[in-house]
Amino acid sequence: MKLTINGTEREVDVDPEMPLLWVLRDELGMTGTKYGCGIAQCGACTVHLDGLAVRSCQVPVAEAAASNITTIEGLGTPDAMHAVQAAWVEHQVAQCGYCQSGQIMQAASLLEVNPDPTDEDIDNAMSGNLCRCGTYVRIRAAVKTAAKTLQEA
Amino acid sequence: MGRLKTLTRRAFLIGSVAVTGGVAFGAYIVGRDPENPLLAGLGDGEAAITPFVKITSEGVTLITPHADVGQGVYHAQALLIAEEMDLDLGQFEVSPGEPSAAYWNTAMAEEAVPFKSTDESFAAETMRSVMGGVFKVFGVQGTGGSSSMPDSFVKLREAGAVARETLKAAAAARTGVPVGDLTTASGEVRLPDASTIAYTDLATDAAGIEPVRSVTLRDPSEWRLVGKPTQRLDIVGKSTGTTPYGIDLQIPGMVHATVKMNPRRGPMNGYDASAAEGMRGVEKIIPVRNGVAVVASNTWYAIQAANAIEFDWGASPYPPEQDQHWAEVDASFTEERLNMEWRHDGDVDAALNGAEVISAEYRAPYVAHQPLEPLNAIVRVDENGAEVWANHQLPGFLKMQVAGVAGIEADQVTFHNQYGGGSFGHRLEFENITLATEIAMQMPGVPVKLTFSREEDFCQDFGRQIGAARAKGVVKDGKVEAFDLQIATTSAVASQGGRMGLPVGGPDTQISAGAWNNPYDIPNQRHRAYLVPELAPVSSWRSVGASGAGFFNEGPLDEMILAAGGDPLEERIRMCTHDDARKVLEAVREMSGWGSDLGPNRGRGVAFVNSFGVPTAEVIEVTMTDWGIKIDKVFVALDVGTIIDPDNFENHVQGGVVFGLGHAINSELTYSDGIAEQTNYHAAEGMRLYQTPEIHVRGLENAEKIRGVGEPPIPPAAPALANAIFAATGQRLREMPFNKFIDFV
Repeated sequence: MKLTINGTEREVDVDPEMPLLWVLRDELGMTGTKYGCGIAQCGACTVHLDGLAVRSCQVPVAEAAASNITTIEGLGTPDAMHAVQAAWVEHQVAQCGYCQSGQIMQAASLLEVNPDPTDEDIDNAMSGNLCRCGTYVRIRAAVKTAAKTLQEA
Repeated sequence: MGRLKTLTRRAFLIGSVAVTGGVAFGAYIVGRDPENPLLAGLGDGEAAITPFVKITSEGVTLITPHADVGQGVYHAQALLIAEEMDLDLGQFEVSPGEPSAAYWNTAMAEEAVPFKSTDESFAAETMRSVMGGVFKVFGVQGTGGSSSMPDSFVKLREAGAVARETLKAAAAARTGVPVGDLTTASGEVRLPDASTIAYTDLATDAAGIEPVRSVTLRDPSEWRLVGKPTQRLDIVGKSTGTTPYGIDLQIPGMVHATVKMNPRRGPMNGYDASAAEGMRGVEKIIPVRNGVAVVASNTWYAIQAANAIEFDWGASPYPPEQDQHWAEVDASFTEERLNMEWRHDGDVDAALNGAEVISAEYRAPYVAHQPLEPLNAIVRVDENGAEVWANHQLPGFLKMQVAGVAGIEADQVTFHNQYGGGSFGHRLEFENITLATEIAMQMPGVPVKLTFSREEDFCQDFGRQIGAARAKGVVKDGKVEAFDLQIATTSAVASQGGRMGLPVGGPDTQISAGAWNNPYDIPNQRHRAYLVPELAPVSSWRSVGASGAGFFNEGPLDEMILAAGGDPLEERIRMCTHDDARKVLEAVREMSGWGSDLGPNRGRGVAFVNSFGVPTAEVIEVTMTDWGIKIDKVFVALDVGTIIDPDNFENHVQGGVVFGLGHAINSELTYSDGIAEQTNYHAAEGMRLYQTPEIHVRGLENAEKIRGVGEPPIPPAAPALANAIFAATGQRLREMPFNKFIDFV
């Protein structure tokens, strides 16, 4: 099966029902996308399919094959960060950091469709992403900073 | 106080040792110190080397032995060493190092003694010193109890200073310039003629000379890094998905595994894996302990196959139904189960006798830990020993646990500590480690990565202790005249110690932690702790005893103050006998504008708890809306003595408040048929972003001793919220989780 991940074509031979999450992590070694709950309750596995945030634990790989897949590794790198990642660094959001790949992918998707979100928009878009360390105050602030950066760009 | 400092300082004679291609600076533990009775049992040869600073021609590595589970402690430990070494951020690598008895944690032992943290009497300090010695003798390297900074604050700065002075001595020997004319900055020694020698260039020279043993720590006014906001070493990695956690590691030749264990924690009578055996990707199905492991080429294949196995599970060793657990708690307020009377001021019985007594019963349920990174471990066992990759807070014990399962010696176990995706006490337990070892023993030479499914993680979690409190009070002349608080809980310490094979004696310091040590002067006050026999196994849950006992103290006390006609905050300040505590209460009064009119359907509540030596006050504002309670704002003030990094400090306090509130509102662990009823986050989610209030933080630095901040923000959150909800609605919440009794937005 062929997949397009971060602009690169990859080939995998797996059960077509296997969730994209486990293809990324255990077949391709792309571990920036995290396993947290397996039932779309935590958002740690969030990736983009054609630019839209989805929970990769709920997407059978066969369905993902038709889309352009973007993971945290493709959003930006330590040397060339996406505006959302830069905002996350500026606000020093992370504590344990395990949820933050998913938070960042969710926030990037939000700002793609809604460049100037209200507080309520942010609450609605980001509440599916659990942070057990409780960094939400800074997540809110970082989303706003990223929105500003992207609008000024 | 002075005596303890002397002993602690003398326990460290700092030295250096040559390592391959460079030099390592650390601390020798003195085997025999004539002034230290704790060490009398050690022989002359029992000195150990504890390197904290390693320099080679390639670079500088700072060893940060406290495990990082998200609290930023790699960064904070490195800051302390780098401060004295004159290293800039970016000029060094950090490594958790190898587990070693020499990295013993003295500060962790301080909470194990039955004295108030504010008690600096000779008896209290002597007991702390003795307990510190016990931890030292047993080489307890541990991360927990908010002890990383108390343990590291002097020790790591000394290690940095020794490295700096020894490098200067090496430069002096090479150049002939007197040491007094040399300075250091940005990872190099500077000579009077403005030429420089990089530390890395001095590694071999430094390894060849006697280390400088006498150093003076810099005055805080000279600090460049400590006390300033700095960028966490791990922040870019954690913002780009490039920080590897234990669950992310890939070892060549590795296989993936999962387990399904008896969710009742009893025996496994049998299983039928016929449906699982032929499933795609499955390599092995192995019975382990009281369950079954599936080894596969992919974690998902392993989980699918494990779910296809039919099991015959035996009964739970504890009562199967939740009501039975509560009944046992309720039956524990007896003389036989009285574990300790922690405090008795005045004469409570006389004060209650014949008076109009106010009574209240409070409850705190089991709660799961559930950090977002599920339990996992990679273990490889071969004829030479075992190698382990995971995150763990007790690396020395981990080696013993693995050795015990594998039938080898602890020194045949190599442990590589990893970044942890949260813990909250979860990574003090060993199930993932020992199970991965069992599986790996069936596949010699093959690295086995064991990953728990979230459901398995919930089912096998050892939650917070369950407990209840009975409070009685009498008010007179507008004041609380008598306050009697009885608390009964199961014991996290005994349950955890039992699993580790450690005898736990003496009173359980956690049952009444955060309650009996309150700073209030009430004419008649008594605190009794009752030990409930073990029910479901429990463990340390962020802030341990105080997570319940803080609620048990501050809820009923609020009721008594109101019954007396007092103002909850002003009365706490009036009754407060401890300066540092009063100052945090005064701080939240000022921050919150306490006393101002909030308008209709709104209310404020306050709570104060001293846990882990940190006086912490929180004021919470809520609004009763058509959709339920909305938590608007939290004001929190706390005193840790010295703040290492104000930016990380603020983040941590805010997170602690969210953790305390989220579980107080939304989370419990209950049992039915012996099995946890909550098996994923939909049923126990803590707090989400939409419920998160504004959180304003003020850190005070009046306290003499440095303290940790991981746990203290949690205990006041629940009672401050309950007190605020009462102020807004008139409804008194005496049992967590609160969402069983009132709706939240």
